[in-house]
Amino acid sequence: MSDYAHPEALVSTEWVAQHASDPNVRIAEVDVDTSEYSKGHVPGAIGWNWTTQLCDTVRRDILSKSHFEKLMAEAGISNSTTVILYGDNNNWFAAWALWQMKMYGHNDVRLMNGGRKKWLAEGRDVSTGVPTPAHASYTASGPDNGLRAFLDQVQAAVQGGHTSLVDVRSPAEFTGEILAPPGLPETCQRGGHIPGARSIPWGKACNDDGTFKSYADLKALYGGEGVDGTHPTIAYCRIGERSSHTWFVLRYLLGFDHVRNYDGSWTEWGNLVGAPVERGAAPHAAKA
Amino acid sequence: MKVEEHQERKLEIEGWPVHLTSYRIGDTFHCTADNVSPGANLARTRGATREEAESKAIQFASERLSQTRRHTV
Repeated sequence: MSDYAHPEALVSTEWVAQHASDPNVRIAEVDVDTSEYSKGHVPGAIGWNWTTQLCDTVRRDILSKSHFEKLMAEAGISNSTTVILYGDNNNWFAAWALWQMKMYGHNDVRLMNGGRKKWLAEGRDVSTGVPTPAHASYTASGPDNGLRAFLDQVQAAVQGGHTSLVDVRSPAEFTGEILAPPGLPETCQRGGHIPGARSIPWGKACNDDGTFKSYADLKALYGGEGVDGTHPTIAYCRIGERSSHTWFVLRYLLGFDHVRNYDGSWTEWGNLVGAPVERGAAPHAAKA
Repeated sequence: MKVEEHQERKLEIEGWPVHLTSYRIGDTFHCTADNVSPGANLARTRGATREEAESKAIQFASERLSQTRRHTV
């Protein structure tokens, strides 16, 4: 992990096994499948439900600052706590949580490399006990909207052409062959992708064991599509969780300074009246 | 508790690649089926044996995947 631009943003499963009970460390599991935590989790880990605890449940938005502070406080997380996030699907929603924590200025938050998949595959201890941490005091900053892309910024990127747009969905979603991941409900009116976007599915950043690929492999993967950090970069998917995974890769593993997660993603763009849509495969990239 | 007998395998259901993960915690086998790309869970089941858990997961995944429409591009 030492070649990454910010290797401190990751910890290994071994590190977690050794430090999970440290008083200044809080482990949190965040899964796509919110029932996973109850089957068994890293001993001492709390569980966050992305559908109810990591978003505004009335309007479509991330947590408000006050709700974020409440979530942290109730989890026993203070501003100086080291927070380790992990989850299923190679840390999709763990990355979503990390993205929000960075928006609200938490300094020391990291992903467990390989996520829940690797922890289970290694046959490590699991627990069904639910910790009840003592409340902490937490004051958030921000939100730092420099980490987030809104619709008008994406529209400007399409017009301006000086921003790298990265579509991290599957190739079939990118081309418009399917309107939602196989087996899931269709949540858009049109299929395809944002004009000019490059197709780099999120999973290409991962090894079979769920860990991230090496710095060299990641640099080759994104650079091969002309995404090398020389331009501002916006990642998107369907609802913003897969793209937060790619946002993490670009920001912390490759060290891009200007990368945003467009959490409106295809459920916004693909339902927008009059929005330009491209279908089919992208043309070959101009090499960076 | 420990996770034991962890296994992963890939198969095709309704024309889509599917990834099955199964393991035992205590006396219960757990199985999840995901759609490989993007990797979202299609089914999660439990059973007294791996075969029972996997069989249920395959059945649920099949029902969901059969409803996926392919559009002409």
